[in-house]
Amino acid sequence: MTKKFVVLLLLAGLSSMFVGLLLGYSPDTALNHTARYYADNTVADTGAANIVTAIIVTYRGLDTLGEVTVLFLTATIVALILSQARQPGGVGSRKAVAAGELLQTGSRLLVPLILLFGAYVFVNGHLTPGGGFQGGAIVASATLLMLLTDPFRRFSHRLISVLESISGVLFVVIGVLGLVLAGGFLDNRILPLGAFGSLFSAGAIPVIYTLIGLKVGAEFSSMMASLSEAED
Amino acid sequence: MVYVALITGFVLILMGLYGALTNRNILRIIVSFTISSTGTNLVLIAVGYMSGRTAPILDEAVNVADAAARIIDPVPQALVLTAIVIGLGVTALMLTYAYKLYETKRTLDISKYTDLKW
Amino acid sequence: MSTIMFAMSLLLAVAMVGSAYVALQGKSLSIAVLAAGAVSLFASVMFLILAAPDVAMTEAAIGSGLTTFLFFFVLGRVRGAKDD
Repeated sequence: MTKKFVVLLLLAGLSSMFVGLLLGYSPDTALNHTARYYADNTVADTGAANIVTAIIVTYRGLDTLGEVTVLFLTATIVALILSQARQPGGVGSRKAVAAGELLQTGSRLLVPLILLFGAYVFVNGHLTPGGGFQGGAIVASATLLMLLTDPFRRFSHRLISVLESISGVLFVVIGVLGLVLAGGFLDNRILPLGAFGSLFSAGAIPVIYTLIGLKVGAEFSSMMASLSEAED
Repeated sequence: MVYVALITGFVLILMGLYGALTNRNILRIIVSFTISSTGTNLVLIAVGYMSGRTAPILDEAVNVADAAARIIDPVPQALVLTAIVIGLGVTALMLTYAYKLYETKRTLDISKYTDLKW
Repeated sequence: MSTIMFAMSLLLAVAMVGSAYVALQGKSLSIAVLAAGAVSLFASVMFLILAAPDVAMTEAAIGSGLTTFLFFFVLGRVRGAKDD
């Protein structure tokens, strides 16, 4: 009982802090200095129409490199910890039933469509809302549908890890190319900027975002495959 | 409208913290952490909103010339995008550790794991 | 027009707090996980009302889809444990 009382006391203190923050908040009426710089100079600097994409890939590209590294570490740790629980060839201890005909036929229709939609989302990241992380999550949903349909299928971890490693290495190589050929690390002016609003514009942003989308999709798929293959 | 989102975000953070501190089942603690991080992202996006303006994407609705007067702040959205993805990574790690803990003692009650208590 | 937006955001806020309450006090673990997925879904619509389409797409795909599936994979492996 005293434990709940102490917890409620802590939450009361925290909520008084939040009320103080809420009362002192007044919405802005004009953009602040940083946002106005991004609004005025994004098209001239990078040629992208989606300002959030331009910030993630070029202006703050080093943060994205760090985030991709953290995701890689997470996928590796999950695969490492769960691989010690797996018995080799222990399929017989599973009591899963095979999926019905409706699910199998439906997934044969839906999986290529989902993969196509995911590829569309991360290729068009610089023109419309979208990008590498959203497209990668959609591609991972296609893998999930395949896992649900056929629980006994063993995904080849080699293919997923090869895809992920190549995408990561190419991402860093493009960053270093930006250092050598243009202004700085992960600068997108190594490819021509092109016409504003067309698909092949904004320099190297579509290429970088495609690589990020493939890498994130491969990592999420590997995490889910590891979790579903861990034996009891 | 911004105040509705801010208050909801703060309430979600407090409810998530309460759930994480008083539950005993490990999986319920992880669910509470997920709710708390959703609340934090909501507060961050609500701070960057300005009424009467639209999303920071330059297409036929917003011209390039008068972009600075028509769009909202794009920086909180970039930060929250990163936060959501890393939140999923942390949840996956927590679930893996919960599964390994379950394998050693076959119980999900956190008060049974007293190995590190003194 | 803005009163409709305000009413929608109020409705979403009530639905979010209600789902979070169900997630914390739900009797079985499956109901709690599904309620957390519902909180994420309502938050994604709220992000769209707050003029952030990129974040809404990411939250819908990752928070509402992949997190719920991760939970259900682990729930399927820990059969036989007592609830709370």
